[in-house]
Amino acid sequence: MDVLNALVLLANFVLVPALSYGAQLALGALGVTLIYSVLRFANFAQGETMAFGAMVAVLLTGVLQSVGISLGFLPTALLTLPLAIAATALLCLLTDKWVYQYYRTQRSRPITFVMASVGVMFIMNGLVRVILGPGDQYFSDGERFIMTVPDFRVWTGLEEGLALKTSQGLSIVLALLLMAWLFWFLQKTKTGKAMRAYADNENLALLSGIDPQRVVRITWILSATLATVAGVLYGLDKGYKPLSYFHLLLPVFAAVIVGGIGRPIGAVVGGFVIAFSEALITYAYKKFFMLLLPAEWAPESLMQFLSTEYKSAVSFMILVIVLLVRPTGIFKGKVI
Amino acid sequence: MSYLVGEQLSGGYGNGPNILQACTIAVDQGEIAVIVGPNGAGKSTAMKALLGMLPLRAGTVTLAGQDITTLSPQARVAAGMAFVPQTENVFTGMTVEENLEMGAYLREDSFQTTLEQVFQLFPILKTKRHQLAGELSGGQRQQVAVGRALMTQPQVLMLDEPTAGVSPVVMDELFDRILEVRANGIAVLMVEQNARQALEIADKGYVLVMGENRYTDSGQALLADAEVRQAFLGG
Repeated sequence: MDVLNALVLLANFVLVPALSYGAQLALGALGVTLIYSVLRFANFAQGETMAFGAMVAVLLTGVLQSVGISLGFLPTALLTLPLAIAATALLCLLTDKWVYQYYRTQRSRPITFVMASVGVMFIMNGLVRVILGPGDQYFSDGERFIMTVPDFRVWTGLEEGLALKTSQGLSIVLALLLMAWLFWFLQKTKTGKAMRAYADNENLALLSGIDPQRVVRITWILSATLATVAGVLYGLDKGYKPLSYFHLLLPVFAAVIVGGIGRPIGAVVGGFVIAFSEALITYAYKKFFMLLLPAEWAPESLMQFLSTEYKSAVSFMILVIVLLVRPTGIFKGKVI
Repeated sequence: MSYLVGEQLSGGYGNGPNILQACTIAVDQGEIAVIVGPNGAGKSTAMKALLGMLPLRAGTVTLAGQDITTLSPQARVAAGMAFVPQTENVFTGMTVEENLEMGAYLREDSFQTTLEQVFQLFPILKTKRHQLAGELSGGQRQQVAVGRALMTQPQVLMLDEPTAGVSPVVMDELFDRILEVRANGIAVLMVEQNARQALEIADKGYVLVMGENRYTDSGQALLADAEVRQAFLGG
């Protein structure tokens, strides 16, 4: 029974949180990878795009709550997703029109685009701060748990419990649905294939009559959609903090590079690799071993590789190792 | 008047000197025209000029009697011109079938019949239809590239050194296929390094030197011309 308890313990503190966090990272990373393959630069503003999408959802949730509309046990924020996506897509399209388009007509080098995107990042950050203020926002409502620890204990008779928060369940389910749709879109639709063709060989795509403007627009809309959903899910899960999206940039980029830059499947796998690494390395295994080992062998320390404050260091370490050992990432992406 | 005509074309890149000097190239439907000449003669540039990829300082390009001099390359593709670049002429990360589909991107009607025709022309592509184009051999890649161009159902097919880097056997095979394309009434314009073999199948040959027409005649006549053989075909 203790083995089972130990596994449940691990599932509760590592598996479920890492799955949901990994799903959020994967969505963000997919957005970065799409922009990278089609527009050929690493978009540093992706984190703030997520923040902007989440901000719109926060504001609209407030409006809906004030007129008494809710979604029952699900968070009201889900209702705001279509509008939040539309607003974020509009922002991205305008940014492209006002900033990136100029550099495209100049045929600027990728590094120029990257620097421009850093500028866009600061502007977006300021914009969100001005509109929403510097404070934290909690906009999650509805039922907090799909399954609580006591429920689980009663249901299984185990000592340890496994909780599943609504936000975690939503993150996993929504992210999987969105990813499945995206892969279907890229593989099976004419527009999706045109996007891949444009990413693969720009000149040949032009010679085939593919409209580059349209491909660029669709890429921004897709990236904005992914960013908004990721941002809202992260906000529901951990609460909306203005700086947390800025801090998400590192794990998101790490996910992109681990998986292979420009490879959508790599972004997904990379997201989960980063999330599980962070969770596994910063988890304190003391109780886990106490359950598994005889009492006299019980560890005295916390059995934690790194304390949770060093979460970001995990992404950094993985990033450095991957760049040293296999710069193309797991799925052989491009090398910058 | 021929179907595609570039009349007295002059032009170069940016503020640079003229790469083409009053160069004239024409090809008719059901005809193969080949541009040959030494390195740097402006062969590929002449082809790019016809496609609208070179800023012209003088001259006109007409397609089926219509002046298309000011049209963008994309508009010319839509008007029935297809171009196979010398390098990077397939989508390496996409399957053979997807490559062909992308060729038919502009078409609103069903392209299944054309797809079958391309598979008939290049049977190997049918067996490898689900394989990534980047995993194919050089010769098979060229077949994908030509097949992609044919998917638009073009009136004019332009090939920039289609046999560069492929073995002699594959080259003969490719030329045979190009003859079949001509038999379908398509105008074929090629730039070729393998001048002798190309002129053998050419209805018309253009020998360019320094961006100017030096000799223009039928392929056979050029091959028979002692001067041309001496200077451009290695005796």
